[in-house]
Amino acid sequence: MAETDIILSVQGLTTEFSGDRGDVRVLDDVSFDVGRGRIVGVVGESGSGKSMTALSLMGLVPQPQGRVSARSITLDGQEISRLGPSAMRRIRGRDIAMVFQEPMTSLNPVRRVWEQVGEPLAIHHGLGRRAIRARVLEMFELVGIPEPKTRLDAYPHQLSGGLRQRAMIAMGLICEPKLLIADEPTTALDVTTQSQILRLMRDLRDRVGTSIILITHDLGIIAEMCDEVNVMYAGQLVEQGEVFALFDQPAHPYTRGLLASIPRATEPRAGRRMPSIPGMVPNLAKLPPGCRFNPRCGEVMPVCLRRDPGLTAAGTGSGPGHTARCWLHSPNGGTA
Amino acid sequence: MTEDVVISTRDLTRHFRVGGGFLGGPARVVRAVDGVTLDIRARETFALVGESGCGKTTLGRVMLRLQEPTSGTVAYRGTDLTGLDEGAMNALRKKLQIVFQDPYASLNPRMRVGEILAEPLRSHGFGSSAEIRERSAELLEMVGLRRQYLRNYPHQFSGGQRQRIGIARALANGPDFVVCDESVSALDVSIQAQVLNLLADLQDQLKLTYLFITHDLAVVRQFADRVGVMFLGQLVEVGRTEELFAAPLHPYTMLLMEAVPRPDPHQRGRDRPILTGEIPSPMNLPPGCRFHTRCPFARDICRVEDPALQERGGRTVACHFPLNG
Repeated sequence: MAETDIILSVQGLTTEFSGDRGDVRVLDDVSFDVGRGRIVGVVGESGSGKSMTALSLMGLVPQPQGRVSARSITLDGQEISRLGPSAMRRIRGRDIAMVFQEPMTSLNPVRRVWEQVGEPLAIHHGLGRRAIRARVLEMFELVGIPEPKTRLDAYPHQLSGGLRQRAMIAMGLICEPKLLIADEPTTALDVTTQSQILRLMRDLRDRVGTSIILITHDLGIIAEMCDEVNVMYAGQLVEQGEVFALFDQPAHPYTRGLLASIPRATEPRAGRRMPSIPGMVPNLAKLPPGCRFNPRCGEVMPVCLRRDPGLTAAGTGSGPGHTARCWLHSPNGGTA
Repeated sequence: MTEDVVISTRDLTRHFRVGGGFLGGPARVVRAVDGVTLDIRARETFALVGESGCGKTTLGRVMLRLQEPTSGTVAYRGTDLTGLDEGAMNALRKKLQIVFQDPYASLNPRMRVGEILAEPLRSHGFGSSAEIRERSAELLEMVGLRRQYLRNYPHQFSGGQRQRIGIARALANGPDFVVCDESVSALDVSIQAQVLNLLADLQDQLKLTYLFITHDLAVVRQFADRVGVMFLGQLVEVGRTEELFAAPLHPYTMLLMEAVPRPDPHQRGRDRPILTGEIPSPMNLPPGCRFHTRCPFARDICRVEDPALQERGGRTVACHFPLNG
């Protein structure tokens, strides 16, 4: 990918928290790119670090307990990893916007919807009320809110969950950001509303060219939506690749285990028992030495207990962009 | 036939009154459960699916008389629960249990696991303290946890382990019928399969009958024997899982299935039909078929006449124009 086609490039993002029992590294050396107009997925289970990745990028990690560092984070070519809090505030909402899981808790219940959705325009562009109201109306039409004029003056509780999430997406996009980060945007919604919101996000990418980071625990949503995928486990990226390569030829035993254990609505029941991954996600304060997945891995080798394999080419014949953090695919194999 | 029916409801309703107090304006009625007739057979897993607000959780609770029905009957193995006094109902509660969605919220954080498991045993007069302790340890082992955990508190466990404790508590007095209300919905996918496998093993060992309430159609297809699809307080389709998924009869069932994201990028659903609009308010139901405002196949009769549940080759559907017919 030519450099100008990359809207966000993250290199070596690491986040640590200090607590009573010492430091815990919740994100460890995370690197990935987001291409212009692409939808890039970050998938993982609870504690994998997927939401922490978003908060770290946005400068929203609680201070002073949290410390975020990175070799480099560039947004549209501009280095943003060394910016102070006030410079980050100017970027948030204008250049990078975020949509969260719970549209109800992200909206102020006693303010009218249009004032909140239009607030970024007041903060970043100093627009007046009349201009903001007109622009919010346009955004409501763009995100498919029915009878948009009558919804402008509604309070959040007067909208359904699906409409609130549409309003949040309108707020995210109102300053035409370079990047939209959506963290579990449909997790609180019913499946039929979810499919409407996912379709909306895809349409916005196709029509407006929005670049999107989509954070989810749901591999179905990844398969429906994303161009590229980053799989996270215990604070690290364990597999990266183009979506078809990753689903057709998953390289990491964790990815394979996840794909095997998702119940599928389109296939008849295979048997009385479902495939599962044994054990549970490790405590980040007590990580096993070597590969973090080794206590749960069915293909564990002696080297896995000693050293972290690092991300290397997946070696499944699926192309250069496909990488995995696994000794099965490391060039030195199990002999290192 | 009747001896292998565990739970049987006839025209069961549960209505809630909303508003109507001092300055509250006229009272309105929410028909959360609105005429459900259903038999759940011994040792089967019957899944109840639907979107939030469809009444599936209320139906599960009314079946256990955790909430009183407004009208209609619920029978457990031939005994009408709606007519029982409190004492008789409490005696039957040993046989009728529930596992909730959020294992954290449903376990008292200040009680050790041993006390959490001892409580239902004591209240049904299980035996001496030593017997109760031994039974609690046995329950933990049944759900795949070590007996040493009796001394621990809920916060010391992972989500999957807490759900196992919730299951152990439901099993304490040897139940016959267990309502699982979104019992695996909050769990990570790698843990969800472990808990579903545990539920399947326990069902085989203890001859349990499950009512499995969920919004997740994928879990339903992989876990349930029969399915009831609920919409706005009513069952719109009931059938064996495989038949229902292979050829849904009700348009709502079909559209729900199409809405599930598929974990295969080759099946990306740009052209799949999509359910538009919003669920009507249960306080203000449309005339005719409740689904007609969202149904792509609705015709004139659907706007005026409510379709009754009709039998179709061992399955039932409430639709004037069933699909795959």
